[in-house]
This record gives sequence, C-alpha cells and structure tokens, in this order.
Amino acid sequence: MLKIAVNEINRLFDAIAAVENLYLPVEKGGEVEFGAYSADAKVRLDALQTVKSAKDMFFPFSENLMKFHVEGKQISVEAAEKVNEEFVVFGVRACDARSFSILDKVFLADPVDTYYAARREHGVVVSMACSRPEETCFCSAFGIDATKPEGDVVTWVADGVLYWEAQTEKGAALTEKVAEVLAESDSAAVEAQQAAVKAIMEKLPLAGLDLSYFTSRPELEIFKRPEWTELSSHCLGCGTCTFVCPTCQCYDVRDFDNGHGIERYRCWDSCMYRDFTMMAHGTNRKTQVERFRQRFMHKLVYNPKNRDGEFGCVGCGRCLKKCPVNMNIVKVAKTLSAGGEQA
Amino acid sequence: MSEIREELIPVLGVVTDIRKDTPDVKTFRVVTPEGQKAFKHMPGQCAMLSIPGVGEAMFSITSSPTNEEYMEFSIKKCGCLTDWLHQMEVGQMVTIRGPYGNGFPVETELKGKNLLFIAGGIGLAPLRSVINYCRHYRDQYGDIDIIYGSRSMDDLVDFKEIQEEWCTEDGINVHLTIDRPQEGWDGHVGFVPAYVNELNLSLDKTILICGPPIMIKFTLQNLQALGFERTQVYTTMELRMKCGIGKCGRCNIGSKYVCKDGPVFRFDQLDELPDEY
Ligand SMILES: Cc1cc2nc3c(=O)[nH]c(=O)nc-3n(C[C@H](O)[C@H](O)[C@H](O)COP(=O)(O)OP(=O)(O)OC[C@H]3O[C@@H](n4cnc5c(N)ncnc54)[C@H](O)[C@@H]3O)c2cc1C
Ligand code: SF4
Ligand code: SF4
Ligand code: FES
Repeated sequence: MLKIAVNEINRLFDAIAAVENLYLPVEKGGEVEFGAYSADAKVRLDALQTVKSAKDMFFPFSENLMKFHVEGKQISVEAAEKVNEEFVVFGVRACDARSFSILDKVFLADPVDTYYAARREHGVVVSMACSRPEETCFCSAFGIDATKPEGDVVTWVADGVLYWEAQTEKGAALTEKVAEVLAESDSAAVEAQQAAVKAIMEKLPLAGLDLSYFTSRPELEIFKRPEWTELSSHCLGCGTCTFVCPTCQCYDVRDFDNGHGIERYRCWDSCMYRDFTMMAHGTNRKTQVERFRQRFMHKLVYNPKNRDGEFGCVGCGRCLKKCPVNMNIVKVAKTLSAGGEQA
Repeated sequence: MSEIREELIPVLGVVTDIRKDTPDVKTFRVVTPEGQKAFKHMPGQCAMLSIPGVGEAMFSITSSPTNEEYMEFSIKKCGCLTDWLHQMEVGQMVTIRGPYGNGFPVETELKGKNLLFIAGGIGLAPLRSVINYCRHYRDQYGDIDIIYGSRSMDDLVDFKEIQEEWCTEDGINVHLTIDRPQEGWDGHVGFVPAYVNELNLSLDKTILICGPPIMIKFTLQNLQALGFERTQVYTTMELRMKCGIGKCGRCNIGSKYVCKDGPVFRFDQLDELPDEY
C-alpha cells in the first residue's frame, strides 16, 4: 500500500495530470460533478456523491457519432474520432465503480459499442472507499463493498492521509507513473477504517433491503401487480431519476445540421418520457403508469432475468434524493415485496 | 480494433428502382454504390435506413435472401423520414445498416411444414421475403397458402408479383380479399378474420401473420376457435427503435428486445411477456 498526506494531495493530482487527462469531483456553481482537473479547480473529495453519476465519463450525456456530407443525391459518412488518449477518473465511489461493470454488459456485449469501448479501454478508474455512507445508501444490497470498491486503483482517506492500492494492471501502470509522490505505508489505518465503516453500513436504514421477490417470481406476475398504479400516481415523468442514475443506459439518436454538415449525436434519453416509444400509430406505453413500471421492471426484473441475477441498480441513492415527488426504487421494491401492505 | 464492426455507422446505398405499389406504399430497390447487395440477411430480418438530417428508421427487408442482386423495402408514408423517402428519385443515396433481428425460423421450425401466410396491408412486406424464399427452396416446404387482405384493390402491395407469379404456381393457393366491393374486383370481399373462417383450413398448418394489431387480434381469435394452437402461429412485432442492437433500451417487450430477440415471435412466447405492444 502507498500513501500521501491529504494536505499535499495536489502533488498527486499534478503528477497524474502531467501524464494523463485527469477528471475528478469538482464544485461548480454549488454542485459537485466530475470535471477536468486544473490548478484552480475546487476539488471536493469529501463529497460523498456527485449529482450525476460517473457514467458520464464513459457514456457521455451527449456525443457525436458521425458526420455526413450531403451534396445533391450524394452522401458520405465519416465516423467521429474516438477517444484515443489515456484518462484518469479519480474519486469514483463504490456504487459508481460497480455501475461500469453493469454498463459493460450492455455496451461491450456483441455487437460492441465502439465509442464506449474506446473510453473504457483508455480510462483508468481510481475509486475511493466510503468513510461516511449516508442514510440513502444501500449498495450492500447488491453485494458491493463500499470499503473496498472496484476500480483499477482503490484509495482510502483516513486521518488526513490518502492510501493508494493498485488492483489491476492498468492501475499498476498508473501507479508507476506517479510513484515519486507516493510513499510506502502499512495498511493499519485502512483496516481500522474498513471495520468502523462496515459497522455503520450494517446499521443503515436500507441495509437489509430484500430484493429476492424480484428474482423469484415470473415477470408477468410482477408486471401485473395492481400497486403500480398507486406507486406511479405522483410521478411527473420528469426523467430526473434516469438522468442521475449510474446504470440507466437508454439513449436517443438525433441528427443536427451545424451549418457545415450534418452530425449524428447520441444523447441520454429517458423511458419516463411520453415520446420515448412514440410510433406513427401511437405509443405502446400510453400513461405514466406504464412508463414508470418500465423503469423499475427493467432494473429489478428484466436485468436480473437477462444477466444472471444482476440488478440494474447499485444502491447509490441518487433517485431517493432527487425525485421531486419522493418516489424511488426502494419504495417500489418494498411495496411490491410486501404484497402491497407497505406504502 | 479495426476489425470490429462499427455497428451504428451505416454504409451507403443507392436507390436504383422505385415502384409505386399503392397510394401510400412505395417499394425501393437498394444496392451499394458498387452495385452490390449491402449485406446478407434472412427472411424477416430488418435494416435501418436513413437520410442524414431527416432520420433513421427500421424497415423489413421485403426481398428474399435468395435475391443476390439487391434488397427491396416496401415503405408506407407516415411521417418525417417516410415522407422524404417517398419524394426521392432514382439515384438518391441513403444510408443502410443491418441486418437486424432474428427472422423467421425458415431453416428450422418451418422446414417441411405446410405454411399459411396471413397478411394485412403493408404487413405483407416481411412475409413476402419468406414467401419468395420458400418458393425458391420449394421442395423443402409443404403446401403454401396465402391470405392477403387490404382496404381496396389499389392498396394491395406487390399486386403484380402476386398475380403473375404466386397465383400461377402449383402448390401455392392465394386468397385475396378487400374490405368493400369495388368495380373491377371479382375476388373475395370482407375482412381477413372472417375470411379465415370461410376457407376450411386444415389444422396441420404453421401460420405466419403480419398486419395491423387489430387484424392480428381477431384473426388469432378465430384461428384458435378453429382449433389452431398458439404454438403454431408466428408474427413480427413493431416497436419504436433507435439502435437496432439491444442497447438504446427502447424496443423491449418485458425482458425481450424486439430488435435483437425479435421481431419474430411465436404467440406462446409472447404469452410469457407483458402485453405492452
Ligand atoms: C422491426 C420493424 C420493421 C418495420 N418494417 C416496416 C416496413 O417494412 N415498412 C414500413 O413502411 N414500415 C416499417 N416499420 C415502421 C417504420 O419504422 C416507421 O414507419 C417509421 O419509423 C416511421 O418513420 P418516420 O420518420 O416517417 O415517422 P416519424 O416522423 O418518426 O413519425 C412517426 C410518428 O411518431 C411520432 N414521433 C416520432 N418522433 C417523435 C418525437 N421525437 N416526439 C414525439 N413524437 C414523435 C409522431 O407521432 C409521428 O406521427 C417497421 C418498424 C419496425 C420496428
Ligand atoms: S435506481 Fe436509484 S439508487 Fe439505483 S443506481 Fe439508479 S439512481 Fe442509484
Ligand atoms: S424523478 Fe420521480 S417524478 Fe421524476 S420521473 Fe423519476 S420517479 Fe417520476
Ligand atoms: S432498438 Fe435499441 S434496444 Fe432495440
């Protein structure tokens, strides 16, 4: 294990930024989001969570896929350049770190999404263990260890020191590049923190969330539960829950004429929106009940059914904090698991 | 990474022939700029066609895979992209990617069977590919019955091919019907679901049905009343699509993506899924 004092951490960031593009949680306009490192960036490693998840780093909010040149009846296509430089995403929490492996199963499954694949290939994930989980956290329900997140490198902050340990070859390569600013260390402080945090995790209100109902019953039975109507009755269809979610993957494809040619973009979309499935003869999800049910059925039922039991949620709690009408996946799970007794 | 196919990046196609089938359906012939077929496909598979700046949408490849020269698409005018496609002239380039979807099981479950095709309107497009495939490998399939209905005589897609080729071939029975009587039409008049009841169909047939949801619903009810099982009936589904490769999250029926796991389903398979289509 290696270490550096937190009050000298800019030396580490400068060392990384000298060799790679570095992204980390920075405060802008009062909100913390992943952004590029610079000498005057307001780095906020203490923030437990960014507003949007770290998926933006690999599956960006909006990206150009290709460009067309159109002249009369002639068309030519030019694929957009893919990310070809290494970059480091620093400070990814355990929930977001797990979300990458969930997104991998979508975007790296045959046929591979080459834009996502290029970012995954060139991106190095430096995760950060949680020392102060919140009431809305329930990553443990998905077998995530918040005290030792996935990632190429995992870091811990304890007693004013940042501890660093490479977990993959990519992580080891990055470690070599910044070795001069890191010192050898034992792991006593990390182990003490891990034990303390585990004790807190067990007592979190949502720690014992039981999702077995969703993997043990037929999808049609869960789909037909009458509780969906009440659960969705206040949903505004604003899509906030899908945009902050680290595992939501749905996207739209749109063309824009920028004056010099037509560009085809991909951008995040939301199954909570009315026009998401609109066709020439209407939509198959006519009311918000159907759209709301789709989001949660996808995460709790369709995902595990298609992917060996893996849920499409990592328990980050963002949708619990951000939904304007206070609806979320935990309420859905509890209500349906309890057969409707619980609201 | 150069050998990995860029699935979202289309190739170019050139429209070499346009046929006006009905007042709102045209059939377009597409080849690559080099004059080749853009890719191989199986009956029932689809392709994404696009005009940059206008949009991209999924269409059944209506020509048979046994046609090695070109692909055909029968397209109904109903919105932004399809309006544009209907206005274009021969020589226009489009973009094309595919093939997408599972297609009909012509090499497995349909082999050796007596086949009954039931189509309504533009629903003939995906079935035409299977029909012509089975005609090409005629000895590998049993009897072929085709029931095809549309609003009027003028709304029958591919009428010329039906009359000149399908109707004249041994072992193929074509049953055409139109909704209302019309001058110059001496064939059957009436809706497809009712026609199915009149035809004295033998129950050994495997059925492929495609058309408006309402036609499928009532035809299926009548078929079941006649004694057909849902395991004997295949259909192809239409949902909004953007990627065609199971990633944009748009076209699912329950746990299945129609673009990847479909668009062809057997009715007993659909029974296990939410009826959200
Ligand atoms: C597997 C499959 C096979 C198909 N095969 C065929 C075929 O062989 N032949 C054929 O003719 N068709 C086929 N279709 C249907 C074809 O894809 C549609 O007709 C086509 O997408 C219509 O595109 P458009 O741009 O013309 O219509 P659009 O301009 O997209 O409009 C269609 C309607 O959708 C709605 N809409 C679209 N976008 C939005 C938005 N952003 N916001 C709100 N509303 C919106 C509008 O209500 C509009 O009226 C197939 C579809 C699928 C899924
Ligand atoms: S569904 Fe909610 S809690 Fe689960 S990963 Fe998405 S935002 Fe986080
Ligand atoms: S954030 Fe809440 S109100 Fe908005 S779409 Fe999601 S569940 Fe509905
Ligand atoms: S069209 Fe994108 S998932 Fe099917």
